[in-house]
Amino acid sequence: MKLRISHETVYRYDQPIRNLVQSLRLTPSVFEGQKVHSWTIDVSGGIRGPGFRDGAGDWIEGWTVRGPVDHVTIRIDGRIDTRDMAGVLRGHREMINPLTYLRDTSVTRPDPALRDLAFGITGTTDQLDLAHKLSAAVSDRIAFRPGVTQTGTTAAQALALGEGVCQDHTHALTALARLRGLPARYVSGYLHSTIDGQAHDAAHAWAEIQVEGLGWIGFDAANRCCPDERYVRLGSGLDSADAAPIRGIAMGTGAEELDVSVRVEEMPQ
Amino acid sequence: MLSRTASNLFWMGRNLERAETAARLLDVGQRITLLPNTELGYQNEWNSLLQASGSSDLFREKYGDITQENIEEFIFFDRANPSSVASCLEKARESGRIVRTALTSQVWDALNVSYQELRKIERLPRSKLDTASLTDFTTGHTSTVRGAINATQLRNDGWHFMNLGYGLERADATARLLDVKYFVLLPRIEFVGSGLDTYQWQVILRALSAHRAYHWAYGGDITAGQVADFLILNGESPRALITSLYETVWHLEGLARRYGDGVPVSARDKAREVLTALQARDIEMIFDEGLHEFLSWFIRELGEISNLVHQDYLLGGA
Amino acid sequence: MSYYNEMFEGDRVRDPYARLRDWVETMPDDFRQMKQAEAEALFRRIGITFAVYGEGGDPDRLIPFDMMPRVFEQAEWRRLERGIKQRARALNAFLRDVYGRGEIIRAGRIPARLVYQNEAYEKSVVGVVPPRGIYSHIIGIDLVRTAKDEFYVLEDNCRTPSGVSYMLENREIMMRMFPQLFRNNRIEPVDQYPDLLRRTLESVAPAKCSDRPTCVILTPGHYNSAYYEHSFLANLMGVELVEGQDLFVDGEFVYMRTTTGPKRVDVIYRRIDDPYLDPLCFRPDSMLGIPGLMDVYRSGGVSICSAPGAGVADDKAIYTFVPEMIRFYLGEEPILNNVQTWTLWKDDDYRYVMEHLPELVVKEVHGSGGYGMLVGPKSTTEEIETFRLKIQANPSNYIAQPTLALSTCPTFVEEGIAPRHVDLRPYCLCGDRIELVPGGLTRVALRDGSLVVNSSQGGGVKDTWVLSE
Repeated sequence: MKLRISHETVYRYDQPIRNLVQSLRLTPSVFEGQKVHSWTIDVSGGIRGPGFRDGAGDWIEGWTVRGPVDHVTIRIDGRIDTRDMAGVLRGHREMINPLTYLRDTSVTRPDPALRDLAFGITGTTDQLDLAHKLSAAVSDRIAFRPGVTQTGTTAAQALALGEGVCQDHTHALTALARLRGLPARYVSGYLHSTIDGQAHDAAHAWAEIQVEGLGWIGFDAANRCCPDERYVRLGSGLDSADAAPIRGIAMGTGAEELDVSVRVEEMPQ
Repeated sequence: MLSRTASNLFWMGRNLERAETAARLLDVGQRITLLPNTELGYQNEWNSLLQASGSSDLFREKYGDITQENIEEFIFFDRANPSSVASCLEKARESGRIVRTALTSQVWDALNVSYQELRKIERLPRSKLDTASLTDFTTGHTSTVRGAINATQLRNDGWHFMNLGYGLERADATARLLDVKYFVLLPRIEFVGSGLDTYQWQVILRALSAHRAYHWAYGGDITAGQVADFLILNGESPRALITSLYETVWHLEGLARRYGDGVPVSARDKAREVLTALQARDIEMIFDEGLHEFLSWFIRELGEISNLVHQDYLLGGA
Repeated sequence: MSYYNEMFEGDRVRDPYARLRDWVETMPDDFRQMKQAEAEALFRRIGITFAVYGEGGDPDRLIPFDMMPRVFEQAEWRRLERGIKQRARALNAFLRDVYGRGEIIRAGRIPARLVYQNEAYEKSVVGVVPPRGIYSHIIGIDLVRTAKDEFYVLEDNCRTPSGVSYMLENREIMMRMFPQLFRNNRIEPVDQYPDLLRRTLESVAPAKCSDRPTCVILTPGHYNSAYYEHSFLANLMGVELVEGQDLFVDGEFVYMRTTTGPKRVDVIYRRIDDPYLDPLCFRPDSMLGIPGLMDVYRSGGVSICSAPGAGVADDKAIYTFVPEMIRFYLGEEPILNNVQTWTLWKDDDYRYVMEHLPELVVKEVHGSGGYGMLVGPKSTTEEIETFRLKIQANPSNYIAQPTLALSTCPTFVEEGIAPRHVDLRPYCLCGDRIELVPGGLTRVALRDGSLVVNSSQGGGVKDTWVLSE
């Protein structure tokens, strides 16, 4: 698929800020399922800082805005070719040992309910099969419903609530996989549309689970599928905060307001 | 030099000067209470002096009644009062500790000893202390620190920052005390020129440890014009506005020379401008303009200089 | 249990202490007391105090200083030095390996789980090779002695070992109080340490740095118990002592705020822990850190000493594998012994330890400062049983070791002079060269019979001498 991505994030501050420092993970991963044609990142009033590929294979770019400014716009404009790899992250160069992704964070820490769910799946010795079943279990137990959970909602809370968005599905799935001894991580990226053809929030998240013999495989429990050519992968981490596409801190005391618009369109051949 | 180091040296100077100001207030307040009562009692004067130090609201909230004991507690010991002797000495010592390596061992010793002695005094029963000994304690120790600075510190940028702190704080204290006299102590016109008026001017002079010097400089009677002249425009008077400002300019010039072209000099330019404006006035003009109006202008300008020192040097270019 | 007395062998005085015997034995009591008071006054004057974390109390507390020096012969020291340098090389090789390809794990010499699931293993710096491949630039190795030529390593400190200011000040004060002693004994100097440290730091400046590198020491601030040491070192090295707020990231580099504007910083000797380095990367609530620092570090714009993630090498569970590292990376046999260690997450070890608690020393895996540990032979049955419950609740949090017969060194006490147990922490510097000054910090358990030398538990310090030939 040929996709065009336009992603604009605007931070507005009620009092001017200075010395904004950002760490951006906003460049598509390099693997067999993605080929970038053009990709530009621009931060209004910003100076491009260090850029490097980290141990997880993600391209990280630091930006600083000296200010004072009362708003900052981060604009992404890119064209990319994608291919259905049935979720397999083939040809992705990374150095971090998968076992590193067995550790919990505060939002993926399991509670008894997550344990019950994880160990309730029996009768399979195949890791791939297990991963699929865990993903299906999350889809069954957490209904897609925006607005009921927040950034800080934990996997345990989302499961108890029975509702949530892709972030909650992903946290729950990584928690379950880790409980079963499968390394798992949080992936952030873009999504062209959903199975039903309806355009949902185009900024998306899903999980990757390490399966022996195959490597990392993506599972999108929110959409009951594995990532295909409609998905654009940006980067990964232990949880949503660790995999966040944008992180930033500024000097200033004011409150911040955020506007995001993402468009992922299919380009004519 | 790290901006934070410079900032600590600057505030060390300010706090040492402020501790001294607090001790003087205490001394003067004591004197007021020893004199025959005025119509309103000495409460009024005391309140005015508290206003001068910008802390009368805090006092009223915490203590209510103005009594000798309360005042002593508040102005000397109370850590909740940011301008108390104890608060200021502690902050000065804390700043010194943070920038320990920018101080000579003599300065650090003097600063540290003053703080250790303060802790000793704090442990004594209050009944064992009299106001005079508290004042002497403070001026004694702050003078020792001051002397150690003058005798041993390198004449480098750190020294300039300490002295800028001293200079700006002193100018501010003098201006505020003068303002109290004209704005608060004497709200009613019929007092002007009365014995009470003269007495109040004397109090101001004492508060600035300047009553003897005044007599040397002007001889004879105390008049409003002469006292104001002495404390505003007389370059021989160590606490006069013009003297403090002159020294401030001198230290800012020192920094500008030392740092060269790449570093902004907006504080120096502003200080020069205020000094020129001050030099252009005589005391008649100031009274015509209104003492209070003049002082308000001056205090504002000082605040602006302080602000610019911050911008030029203490933000570190970011 | 019998203990190796470093000064006496029966009535005979061992060689290194030969010239000290007269000094000790002829010292009049009042003179000793006078000198002791003088030493204390000097320490207090220079402000070398410490506060114990979490204990509150007097922030201006002094560590007791014992005037009786601890002495090593040249030959004894050379051997120690070789052993320490060997260990330092192996630890850095290990760090380079586990943040790279992980050969030692692929070779099956260290269990993968212990490394990759270790909390101190820092995922964000995988693949980052710091200048000269050095991760830990200052390694403090805690040693105890059990016989003439028998030394054991208790633990390695690869992050930010403290105490070196005591090594330097103890010597300063001894030289000032007893110049004659230094004329009669030929003692190797230690005061070159700050210069060596500075040179070490400069030698690991990033490749992007073209001029003479600007080094700084990063402190958590003046409320930290080791603040004195930070400011002491900064002063002796002639570098700025900065807090997080003094540094900021702009573009590709880190700068400090100075009165003449921003000044680029090339090497940061940090005395704060990993989680507080950069709120963008680690704890978002950290007020101590510098936002964006880790991105600059990872792209080679600044060096951080020790490197973030270096702590994985000094974990108590990893400790048991250091001899294996020496063999694997250096192809050498370890010169210094490791203490036999039982890891309580292994069933066999667990069973053994629970049966032998009264004989063993049990420590928390992530504990330090002598807290949370049990010294079996020195504990009451009740204390042992209380500790047993703690172990049962979370076995994998503990390791156990045999109670070592720590050597003793004569120490001034109330009654005169008496043997007290000691350990030793030398400081090894790793940069373009690996070096250590002849000496270190000797800690002494001042309580009669005590084996715990930590200052928070009633320990004191001594000057440590290495005699020249």
